[in-house]
Amino acid sequence: MSVNKEKYGKYVEKTAKKSPILKNCVKAFLIGGLICVIGQALMQLYLYLDISKETSKALVSVTLIFITALLTGLGIFDDIAKHAGAGTLVPITGFANSVVSPALDNKSEGFVMGLGAKIFIIAGPVILYGTAASVLYGVIYYICKLFM
Amino acid sequence: MRRASYRKMTITMIIKLKNSPVITCFSCVGGKEERKGPLGDKLDFYDETDRFDKNTWEKAESEMQRRVFNHLLSKRDLKATDVDILIAGDLINQCTSSSYGLLSFDIPYFGIYGACSTAALGLALGGILCDGGYVKRAAVVTSSHFCSAERQFRFPLEYGSQRTPTSQHTATAAGAFFVESSGSGAYIDEVLFGITVDAGIADANNMGAAMAPAAVDTLVKYFRESGTGPESFDLIVTGDLGYEGHRIVTEMMLQLGYDMKNVYNDCGLMLYDRQKQDMHAGASGCGCSAFAMAASILPDIISGKYKNVLFLGSGALLSQASVLQGENIPGVVHLVKLSHREG
Amino acid sequence: MTDVILQYVYAFAVGGAFCVIAQILIDKTKLTPARILVAYVVSGVVLGGIGVYKYIADFAGAGASVPLTGFGYALSEGVKAAIDEKGAIGILTGGLTATSAGIAASMVFALLAALIFKSKNK
Repeated sequence: MSVNKEKYGKYVEKTAKKSPILKNCVKAFLIGGLICVIGQALMQLYLYLDISKETSKALVSVTLIFITALLTGLGIFDDIAKHAGAGTLVPITGFANSVVSPALDNKSEGFVMGLGAKIFIIAGPVILYGTAASVLYGVIYYICKLFM
Repeated sequence: MRRASYRKMTITMIIKLKNSPVITCFSCVGGKEERKGPLGDKLDFYDETDRFDKNTWEKAESEMQRRVFNHLLSKRDLKATDVDILIAGDLINQCTSSSYGLLSFDIPYFGIYGACSTAALGLALGGILCDGGYVKRAAVVTSSHFCSAERQFRFPLEYGSQRTPTSQHTATAAGAFFVESSGSGAYIDEVLFGITVDAGIADANNMGAAMAPAAVDTLVKYFRESGTGPESFDLIVTGDLGYEGHRIVTEMMLQLGYDMKNVYNDCGLMLYDRQKQDMHAGASGCGCSAFAMAASILPDIISGKYKNVLFLGSGALLSQASVLQGENIPGVVHLVKLSHREG
Repeated sequence: MTDVILQYVYAFAVGGAFCVIAQILIDKTKLTPARILVAYVVSGVVLGGIGVYKYIADFAGAGASVPLTGFGYALSEGVKAAIDEKGAIGILTGGLTATSAGIAASMVFALLAALIFKSKNK
């Protein structure tokens, strides 16, 4: 059968059930905002404990990553993320979950070629392109510094 | 009724099985969500953990096949040596769920891949082999497992992501069937193998839309060649088009002059309570139609509730690589005509 | 005291806003979550590099550092500081040094989680 792909694609797009974008955005805002508030509270706690600002910042990330790893291991994180969408994806929790979940999953293919090789199957691009962008920025910054 | 002109038929495509091959016996197994669904109490057995006492999801799926086939044998009090051929398939790379699951049975093994159309493809092939007198008893086994499919086609299980309303949930289920050259049960009268249709859909979260044109193609060819229409059947059921695909097929068929409204259902809509179980557009997978057939449709044909049924197995022919390379998702739909016969 | 409360309100609002932008991208475009994360990190590097993100970070605190753009910002700040301190080698060492705690924590906690837990059926 010859299907008019363009026409069919438009028809499918027009008639398909849409994501409830407003509801999704509200949930993403509330949950994403809440995670940042938890981060802010942790920051305040570590500063209160007389830890330096730089170390406190790192500890906030580490704490949030730990909580995410725990929730992912317990099988709770994906139930929250199903509702939160970008609300859990965008904060550091999304990054941590994308490292922990392949680790759990690919253990069945062994610790080296399974877990070890596939741990960055989702988060890898983030580290790669983040680092590459920062190196590029470094080169530009370095050259600018030479001439200024 | 106005029926739009369709491509002229030049060759006979419907394969008529004149020697009455028959689906005599069947068995089905499911997981946690399948048990919770409307057909849950029709399962022969289930496992609340979906693990079937195995330590990986792939092994769990194989174990489902092994157990469901064992159960089928025990239902008829048969031994493996009483079966002439095993036709089996699943969704996992190279159909390993089937080959490993059925490894312990010394029966000639015929592994097939038709994506989610595998149940229909297997029944069709079994029917042809029995009809031709090549075998007396064929067994058809298919399975899918949400966790193994998710790992292969999407994300790790614990990865937090949001599904779109058009996405479908791979059923954790397996079905096994005996097709025999004689006996009583649901008779396989005709088979029509579908062509692969690329409708231009590349969204793996809307496989119903990707497969719907293939279903329309096969159905219209069948109606035109056999001179029948939706009114000739008590039930027309597709494999796993889900809510989206079901709606599209209904609309496209109506445009072509075939009103399907009163006879058309989809196995993907039968497995779950979509609202309560949060299943978006419904079920999919090789196990989806196998489960629905074994749990509900075949018993209803045998009881006489349905006299004439068209079963269309629908498959979305995608792989991880094809999706990442931006390829469209072709669909294929195979048709099996089943009937009830008195006494 | 009001300063502290306001700090939380800003963190909530800005962090939430970053999430809403990503949510709209997910629902309205065909971008996968992985692509959005890459876009966020790179945006963070760029916004950090041109000096915009510093203001967002000062204003929103954790609302700017917890989202993945903050990860990108940390990369760019790290590179800058390392170049100022050590010269050209800082181009390569700065980014990952600044973000090493997060990356190492993710890896180690993932390994520990995998040793203790198994994926559940859904």
